Amino acid sequence: MTATQPEVAPDPRPAAASPLRRLLPGPPGAAGPRGSTLLRHLVLAVLAGTAVVLLTNQLPPYQNLQVARVCAFLCVTAGYTVLVGLNGQLSLGHGALMATGAYTVALVQQGFEERAVQGRWILPLSLLLAAAVTAVAGLVIGLAAARLRGPYLAGVTLAVATLVPALTTIFTDLFNGEQGLRFPAETPPAFLGAYFQPERWLAWVALLAALLTMLLMANLVRSRFGRSLRAVRDDEVAARLAGIHVARNQVLAFVVSAACAGLGGGVYAVLTATVAPGKFSLDLSLFLLMAIVIGGLGSLAGAVWGAVLLVALQDLPSLITETFTLPSGLAQRLEGNLALAVFGLILIVVMLVAPGGLQGAARTLTARLRPGRPATRR
Amino acid sequence: MSPPPTDGIDLALHHVGVRFGGLVALDDVSLRVPPGRIVGVIGPNGAGKTTLFNVVCGFVPPTSGALTLDGRPFRPRPHRLTRLGIARTLQGVGLFPGLSVVENVMAGATHSARAGFAAALFGLPRSDRDERRLRDEALDLLAELGVAAHAAAAPGTLPYAVRKRVALARALIARPRLLLLDEPAGGLSAEDIAELGELVTALPDRAGGACSIMLVEHHMDLVMSVCHEIVVLDFGRVIAAGTPEQVRDDPLVTEAYLGADVPAGATPPGPGAGS
Repeated sequence: MTATQPEVAPDPRPAAASPLRRLLPGPPGAAGPRGSTLLRHLVLAVLAGTAVVLLTNQLPPYQNLQVARVCAFLCVTAGYTVLVGLNGQLSLGHGALMATGAYTVALVQQGFEERAVQGRWILPLSLLLAAAVTAVAGLVIGLAAARLRGPYLAGVTLAVATLVPALTTIFTDLFNGEQGLRFPAETPPAFLGAYFQPERWLAWVALLAALLTMLLMANLVRSRFGRSLRAVRDDEVAARLAGIHVARNQVLAFVVSAACAGLGGGVYAVLTATVAPGKFSLDLSLFLLMAIVIGGLGSLAGAVWGAVLLVALQDLPSLITETFTLPSGLAQRLEGNLALAVFGLILIVVMLVAPGGLQGAARTLTARLRPGRPATRR
Repeated sequence: MSPPPTDGIDLALHHVGVRFGGLVALDDVSLRVPPGRIVGVIGPNGAGKTTLFNVVCGFVPPTSGALTLDGRPFRPRPHRLTRLGIARTLQGVGLFPGLSVVENVMAGATHSARAGFAAALFGLPRSDRDERRLRDEALDLLAELGVAAHAAAAPGTLPYAVRKRVALARALIARPRLLLLDEPAGGLSAEDIAELGELVTALPDRAGGACSIMLVEHHMDLVMSVCHEIVVLDFGRVIAAGTPEQVRDDPLVTEAYLGADVPAGATPPGPGAGS
């Protein structure tokens, strides 16, 4: 680099790029993270995984199933928050993409059942296919999405959200209408013992899928693709001049996000060994959106908050009706609407108090508690 | 036409015209930006300066005429420019508000990454190496431009002059052989503009004297002091072209800027006259 720069203030480049600063741990500042991205994220994944496994060993069946559902939703919210938060594409169709993954798993597993094929490899294969098929669906939607912006994109994906469940009632031969599909339930492998809690095994399966998704998404976010996603979100003209193929970037984001949603939907189906269109209504798509917004758009940690919230709030009405003896009419009305109402309320409160979502609030809080570091990073 | 040096690029516009419906934005514009030269494009508001840039960048296809790059037909596409060694800064700043300063600069060299999508997804060392190299390059550039202290900051929190430099760094990290500067002095103080002038004059040397610069600017002092050649646009046509001295003394130019009733030979418009 030629030192041709005249009359500029003395180079204030501080410790940022000095060798010492690069060795020190800490959040990636100007110098950025050194070391291996994969290694760093793997360590985090193993730590988180161990913690959850230890937790599941203490929990009764129903709560393990809740853990499993959180993990299934986490697959979805992780990919979804990358699309909406980092790439700025508002999709309202992720409930339908979950349905695509769920039905793929069901059909694949039914197919093997009819041919009397058994084996532990069927589960990973069906989940892989769920992600792949949904990625293709995401490619188709993404190609349309790359030509649309903001509310128009939201409109098209909203149509997808209502169309996919409707398809299941149109092609009843294949999807069995409102009844949905059943397939063989996933059972714990024999080496875990005959009396191993099935729900614990399901939680582990879902956990593995969630950790894998989070690992890949974290890698992606930290790479140049993550930067390109955000650049496209911020300024399409500048992004193009920076050498980014904007449309390709947006389609890629949609495909990645759809694959995650498909995997999550597939895992979700495995948990109950059934799929039915009622589970993937428009409400689900809206719940997903609210979850990632409340968690903190564009943040993978926020996606965790969102996934926890999704399960907690979906179970809230039944918890209330079981805890308190309510008139049956009121109980029914609660079952139907309470989750959506509470979700909306939390959304409003969080947006007023912490526009960065729960994760944004947590970040501000920890920054404030840590001495010497200004809390200005947004 | 002499063959261009191997490490520079030679951009030329041949009788380029652009029409938006009935409006003629550019009319029979021919100009050349030879390697290592700084060419200024000036003209009153609405003269077609930005349209000219948009044609060169591929945002607006010419309705007539053609572009050549090193003598070969050139059909620009915005996202391919940096691969060809062409970088552009935007009017205003055009930084990505959601990216830190250093990330903004790194984004400018997206084309140079070697690791593919799979490497990024699995966090492979190849992707890490790319990122480290880019980050170091970006930090070096920021240091060279004297704004390294702001590397971790969000662009929105910085003074305008600093943001302009970051935007310049984002263009420079692509190692351009042709740099398109869209109103680089806009919104800057006189002192900043003087520094900018020296900076721009020194830019061709970065690429061994082969980097050419095309400059759209309102600020006449800057244009007159840094440019080797100046092209004056008015109502989409080239009304004058030549060295700064030739252009300054051209009565047509004075007329376009100050109106027809000003006697020829009057002083050229000063700073801010075009805005």
